[in-house]
Amino acid sequence: MNLIELDIGEEAVVKKLTASSDLKRRLISFGVMKGAHVKVLAVAPAKSTIEIEAGKMKLALRKEEAKTVEVERV
Amino acid sequence: MNTPKACPVTAKHITVALVGQPNVGKSMLINSISNAHLHVGNFSGVTVEKTEVLFDYEDYHFTVVDLPGTYAFTDYTIEERVTHDFLCNQEYDVIINVVDSTNLEKNFQLTSELLTMGKKVVIALNMSDEAKKEGIEIDAKYMSELLGVPCIKTSAATKEGIETLLKTVIQTYDQERKEPKLVFSEAVEEEIENILKFLKNHHCELEYSKRDLAINLLKGNETVYNMIRKKPIWIELQPVVLEAKRHIELHHDTDDIKEAFAEEYASFIRGILAETVKINAPKREKTLTEKIDDILIHPVFGIPIFLFFMWALFQLTFTLGAVPMDYIDSFFGWMGDVVGNTIQNDDIRSLVVDGLIGGVGAVVLFTPNIIILFIGITLLETTGYMSRVAFLLDGIFHKFGLHGQSFIPLVTGFGCSIPAYMSARILKNDRDRLLTLFIIGFMSCGARLPVYVLFAGAFFPEEMSGTVLFIIYISGALLGLLAAKVLKLTAFKGIDEPFVMEMPKYRLPSFKLVWHNVYTQTWMYLKKAGTFIAGATVLIWFLSNYPHDSKIEEFYNAKIEQASTQEAKHKLQNELGEALLADSYLGRVGKFTEPLVEPLGLDWKMNVALQAGLAAKEVVVSTLGVLYSLGDEVDEATSSLKDRIKEQIPLPSAIAFIVVIMIYLPCLAASVVFTKEAGHIKYFFYLLVFTSVAAYVMAFMAYRVSLVVLGG
Repeated sequence: MNLIELDIGEEAVVKKLTASSDLKRRLISFGVMKGAHVKVLAVAPAKSTIEIEAGKMKLALRKEEAKTVEVERV
Repeated sequence: MNTPKACPVTAKHITVALVGQPNVGKSMLINSISNAHLHVGNFSGVTVEKTEVLFDYEDYHFTVVDLPGTYAFTDYTIEERVTHDFLCNQEYDVIINVVDSTNLEKNFQLTSELLTMGKKVVIALNMSDEAKKEGIEIDAKYMSELLGVPCIKTSAATKEGIETLLKTVIQTYDQERKEPKLVFSEAVEEEIENILKFLKNHHCELEYSKRDLAINLLKGNETVYNMIRKKPIWIELQPVVLEAKRHIELHHDTDDIKEAFAEEYASFIRGILAETVKINAPKREKTLTEKIDDILIHPVFGIPIFLFFMWALFQLTFTLGAVPMDYIDSFFGWMGDVVGNTIQNDDIRSLVVDGLIGGVGAVVLFTPNIIILFIGITLLETTGYMSRVAFLLDGIFHKFGLHGQSFIPLVTGFGCSIPAYMSARILKNDRDRLLTLFIIGFMSCGARLPVYVLFAGAFFPEEMSGTVLFIIYISGALLGLLAAKVLKLTAFKGIDEPFVMEMPKYRLPSFKLVWHNVYTQTWMYLKKAGTFIAGATVLIWFLSNYPHDSKIEEFYNAKIEQASTQEAKHKLQNELGEALLADSYLGRVGKFTEPLVEPLGLDWKMNVALQAGLAAKEVVVSTLGVLYSLGDEVDEATSSLKDRIKEQIPLPSAIAFIVVIMIYLPCLAASVVFTKEAGHIKYFFYLLVFTSVAAYVMAFMAYRVSLVVLGG
């Protein structure tokens, strides 16, 4: 499953990043990498954008980008 | 700028590169370090240029280069590119890496990359007061030992550690560089060891330390590759590196070496932090930021709340801003009169009063709006709310190829295009920003209102004018979105830029920061735009006043003297004005290019009005007034001008005229600002072509359709 499938408040561990290398590097620099613990904090209307917490950092991702983050619920 | 007394020996000149992620309080720190505001520091997101601060401490002369905030050592955004280029290509002695003590895990990502650059690094554990409040205890001494790099607790707010930081920088500068203790997993260390062995065996001497060289080769650092590729040793080294890379990728189960290293760094950082940081925070409750976010990014109320904020900002900008505007306007009018009275020569007086003072006045006129708008935007941004707006709106805007944050510049465009272009800076990504810049002109600015009012009043009954105005504005905005989509599918084609953005903590910005920002922005506007615009206004003035054929003037003046009634005199004066304008360079161009606008149903007079409108839309009404012979003093309320227009211009032509006004370049001042914000003159020509073609095509269609519909 990927990030966009999580609901508000759900937590998960990142399994794999399937993005292109630019985006992957960007995600990594924000702390979204294999093994990282993430939590969905909020979603925008129509779930077009989601806010997650990775480590101590909060970040917003568009649906398309969130789909490239494979996770597993914990 | 140098203060030589404190700098007796040139050898004691230290250049410091100040590097950190966004929102770590870098600008605040630099202010407390230098005490003097020789240059104003930047703050996250608005200034993309690096700024320098010069000061003396003890016997050393410091140059601190404040680099834009960057999350990682890449070149994804303009900020990151500026920082990346500086760190790789410029001369400096020491890096001060500013980190946010409350979020070290994230901040050390950048730090660990800086440690392999082969430079002297000092780490400033900033916001240590906030960390203390949050129950985060950092053993800076032990951390320094583990990293092999001095770590100093600092706080820009309480001035803690500032002296120590400077002393440490001096110490670090005076000593030889010590190798940072960046330890990787066994698998990676083994490969590094292999490469080191190879380098040693081949007696490869480079300015880089061997370990840094090995790490950077494995990471695929371009600068290092460029350096070593030219050496003969490269041929033998290449397979070694390739093999090592393959091993590491295998070990990390990825095909991306950078990802592998990111994981390496992350586990190294976790190790360091586990040893040096204790968190005594009580069981985590919802933070203030999360509580505020529950309301502000609420799925239902979020957007209405934002719209209310915007509405309030615009009310303030254009009602409060209008008060000083009147004073500024009358001040420049008064100054024109006073100065004009002292000049005897007619031509020079006209140049100074109408050209120079008028032009500069027109620029200064917008200053109050710009100040208010920038206070608002600075507050929206420094508090962290802007990121929430992007979060809320990105879904809708993305459908049109725009970014969530494009909303702010676009709405600002309804007021005035100049601040709109300037506020597009909040967009970090080049392509998003350029696309937004191209669309802003479609949002009809306040200066176009008089033209709309005039034409709506001329062709429609009074009770319908409001609706007509609304239709004009809305269709402008819709055209803009459409244009965005078209541009996205053509000129700005390509994969969508990803939207991955930090949601920073809400912070109450300090008065000093807001003031500095607004002051810098306003001053830059006045200085740079002012000089360009003043020059260009003089040019337009020249084109519409020369060549000045005195024969025409004499001919009419003779007639005017003979005229019996006041009315006849007035009429002749208008005719004189028209004749002179028709004979001017601008008029000649208008007549010459008349065949070009004929398919749109426009005559040379409307053509000239449109061309004069390139200088400023306010000029359109007064030019029409002159051309349709009513004298200089016209405004949209003049009923007789309305009547004239109704008599002389067929409705389809008028519609085409309005369509052109809606779409083509806003004004000269805005064009200058656009060019500056877009970053290159070529974008201005793209914009010119794009808006002209769009205006022409749309006006042509509007004209033809209304001809058919109205049976003209």
